Amino acid sequence: MIMGILDSKVPKGPLADKWTKHKNEIDLVNPANKRNIDVIVVGTGLAGGSAAATLSELGYNVKTFCYQDSPRRAHSIAAQGGVNAAKNYQGDGDSVYRLFYDTVKGGDYRSREANVHRLAEVSTNIIDQCVAQGVPFAREYGGLLDNRSFGGVLVSRTFYAKGQTGQQLLLGAYAAMNRQIQRGKIKSYTRHEMLDIVLVDGKARGIIARDLVSGEIERHSGHAVVLATGGYGNLFFLSTYCMGANVMAAWKAHKRGAYFANPCFTQIHPTCIPVSGDHQSKLTLMSESLRNDGRIWVPKNLEDAKAIREGKLKPTEIAEEERDYYLERRYPAFGNLVPRDVASRAAKERCDAGYGVNKTGEAVYLDFDAAIMRYGREKALTSGMKNPDDATVRKLGEEVVEAKYGNLFQMYEKIVDQNPYKTPMMIYPAVHYTMGGLWVDYNLMTTIPGCYAAGEANFSDHGANRLGASALMQGLADGYFVLPYTIGDYLSKDIRTGKIPTESPEFDEAEKHVRERIDKLMSTKGTHSVDYYHKKLGKIMWNKCGMARNAKELQEAMDEIAELRKDFWENVKVPGTPDSKNQELEKAGRVADFLELGELFAKDALDRNESCGGHFREEYQTPEGEALRDDENYQYVAAWEYQGDPSKAILHKEDLVYENIEVKTRSYK
Amino acid sequence: MKIYLKIWRQKNPSTKGAMVAYTLDGIEADMSFLEMLDVLNEELISKNEEPVEFDHDCREGICGTCSLMINGRPHGPDTMITACQLHMRSFNDGDTIAIEPWRAKAFPVIKDLIVDRSSFDRIQQAGGYISVNTSGRPVDANAIPIEKEAADASFNAATCIGCGACVAACKNASAMLFTSAKVSQFALLPQGRVEATERVMNMVRQMDLEGFGNCTNTGACEVECPKGISLENIARMNREYLSASVKG
Repeated sequence: MIMGILDSKVPKGPLADKWTKHKNEIDLVNPANKRNIDVIVVGTGLAGGSAAATLSELGYNVKTFCYQDSPRRAHSIAAQGGVNAAKNYQGDGDSVYRLFYDTVKGGDYRSREANVHRLAEVSTNIIDQCVAQGVPFAREYGGLLDNRSFGGVLVSRTFYAKGQTGQQLLLGAYAAMNRQIQRGKIKSYTRHEMLDIVLVDGKARGIIARDLVSGEIERHSGHAVVLATGGYGNLFFLSTYCMGANVMAAWKAHKRGAYFANPCFTQIHPTCIPVSGDHQSKLTLMSESLRNDGRIWVPKNLEDAKAIREGKLKPTEIAEEERDYYLERRYPAFGNLVPRDVASRAAKERCDAGYGVNKTGEAVYLDFDAAIMRYGREKALTSGMKNPDDATVRKLGEEVVEAKYGNLFQMYEKIVDQNPYKTPMMIYPAVHYTMGGLWVDYNLMTTIPGCYAAGEANFSDHGANRLGASALMQGLADGYFVLPYTIGDYLSKDIRTGKIPTESPEFDEAEKHVRERIDKLMSTKGTHSVDYYHKKLGKIMWNKCGMARNAKELQEAMDEIAELRKDFWENVKVPGTPDSKNQELEKAGRVADFLELGELFAKDALDRNESCGGHFREEYQTPEGEALRDDENYQYVAAWEYQGDPSKAILHKEDLVYENIEVKTRSYK
Repeated sequence: MKIYLKIWRQKNPSTKGAMVAYTLDGIEADMSFLEMLDVLNEELISKNEEPVEFDHDCREGICGTCSLMINGRPHGPDTMITACQLHMRSFNDGDTIAIEPWRAKAFPVIKDLIVDRSSFDRIQQAGGYISVNTSGRPVDANAIPIEKEAADASFNAATCIGCGACVAACKNASAMLFTSAKVSQFALLPQGRVEATERVMNMVRQMDLEGFGNCTNTGACEVECPKGISLENIARMNREYLSASVKG
């Protein structure tokens, strides 16, 4: 295995001045020249939508691509809880530094310091920007913006719009895009999927896309290509991702030279609705904001847990002293608001020990009873009620909880068929986000010149674990405030290039490659459906590359995935024709990529002989079962270079240097 | 349980479609409606038949992609949910379920149960935004206090997911509920008042150009809206439109 050292291009100088200094020093493109430059943006979620809107406002000609029927449907829309910003409106001691510190610590010291500091710096702009755009954030009675708290922090810095913050922020970015579409500055291609990236003279100069309605293969050129195509959690088949989420754009870029960083850093979110059966197609998240008010527990006694599983006992029948509020017990300082990786592992630990509470034994309770009564008493007091009875208090409290989390409770009831106001919710961890992604430098450029990656698609800001309400922050920061500056520096060298022709040997080769792959998928006419393979892959990933990993099983996973991939190409069955709408063909292309990435994922996890954040290796833990990092040997970003077979990928390291933060053992006790 | 399906099959926009019957066995109550369709499609693939194409993505009721007319009702028999949130426990063993695409001139069928809703995007492009530059330096977010009630009402209007159930439910295929939700979101906020006149005129003009029908206040849209968008928004848009017309 050959190793190289990567240049992150982080500017010199004191941390807090880096971004301002960098912005002052990079080259700009004058407005008249911007009109001659084309930028392709793939993906229209928070990162892609905001990047497209801003780049077109600046004067570039932008083409956007999304596989959905409208840019508004990108999966950013499903983010529930909120967006972090260091506004310190609550006066509770928050600051840019504290947000930076929390994010680096939350990421278990595996993120790039300078990027995280920049993220914290621009976070305040996001809120100003979104309010100016008419995003209806939650407000207090005095008319000012409301905040709430999220896991892994001790301040309230999360701005929210009920349980639909992602929706409101995405609709804001979509509206900003619409304004530019109307002005002719953005050309929006919906129901289009990028199938390859085109390099001319080593630079990203265009993409090959498939019109998902007509099946036509199209060539699009540009002076730069921005990939804002989200994460790859659907590798696990079951996840909180949308059904169409895929790694295709990022993986195609990887195969053409972009390094893929830390693929094994995956977030498994603690509060999701448990799996109910084999037919399940997706998992639903219950926002982390619920941990502000919900208390997580399992029965103290194994017999009680067993009786619950058998339906002989109800959770409400278990006395207070017979319950184990295990997060409050193990982590008194942070309690139910420990970071996601910690909460997920703790749930798995209890369930593995036999205390799980649904019929599969894989669920814990999230209980709102105490919060309902607390809010009810407060409401009774402020309404001037004297000595209200319990039933009245409960009713008032339920109203308060409904106002805060109504849509989540409704969502839960529709899926599980139980009323969470009356009986505790059942939750279990599920795959939710991927911290890994395309390696990018400080300018968000991948190792392919002119190919940028923004939002979840890149790796840079969250290290080995992302804190709640930070995904929205990063997506918008990248798109509105970072990329528009940094891309100018690159494009300033392109003002005399002129339009990139799509008639060239490079475009010919890429299109031919795409067509051959489609022909191969269509002509196999094997015995198994695409879902058959996707489900098999998901099982391998969940069982051997999930919340707890070990060397033996990771090696097995690599072998099994390689074998499954071979079988896929020999025996997959894709019905229909390629020259029409064909959802099976769309899925087949995506699963084919997952079958490659999955192996690299396991390789990366096997290579990282330590536990950090969401990556927990059973061999590396403290006697109390906490993650045991190895800073001496693994304080680096693992960026993999494609070599034809995922198992042969070459590792390049970016050493992580912490000059402004003391690297400590992460403790939430 | 065993269910009998009648599903609209249509190869492409230019061919004629028809209802086709299928029978499915072994359906569980805990399955979502779309998971039931997944089971059907796996069966069809194993029999070398083309699976039924339907739009879906988030499967948690927020992206607005799924668009099924189930037994004559947009998103099916339950209220305040999308088709992807519907579960088979809402049906009984032996039921017959008819599934069709949204039917509206402004929503042409692409294939089977998939329709083209780009007309909705064009209505938004006509004015569904506040004209501030994203790269600019706006005032501090707390510099504009907004009454909680107004902020909440604006939020409620803004929760529209753009699925098109309102159009599908309407005998006139009117898009008034959809358009008025966006008009209301901004009309209720001080930031949005600045362009209120132009916005409502432009969005309504585009809505008419797309071939959506008129509103006759039957209220079917409100009943079928999975997000409970209120008819009040239509009243508000009418007021906004009237005052804009007088001004204009």
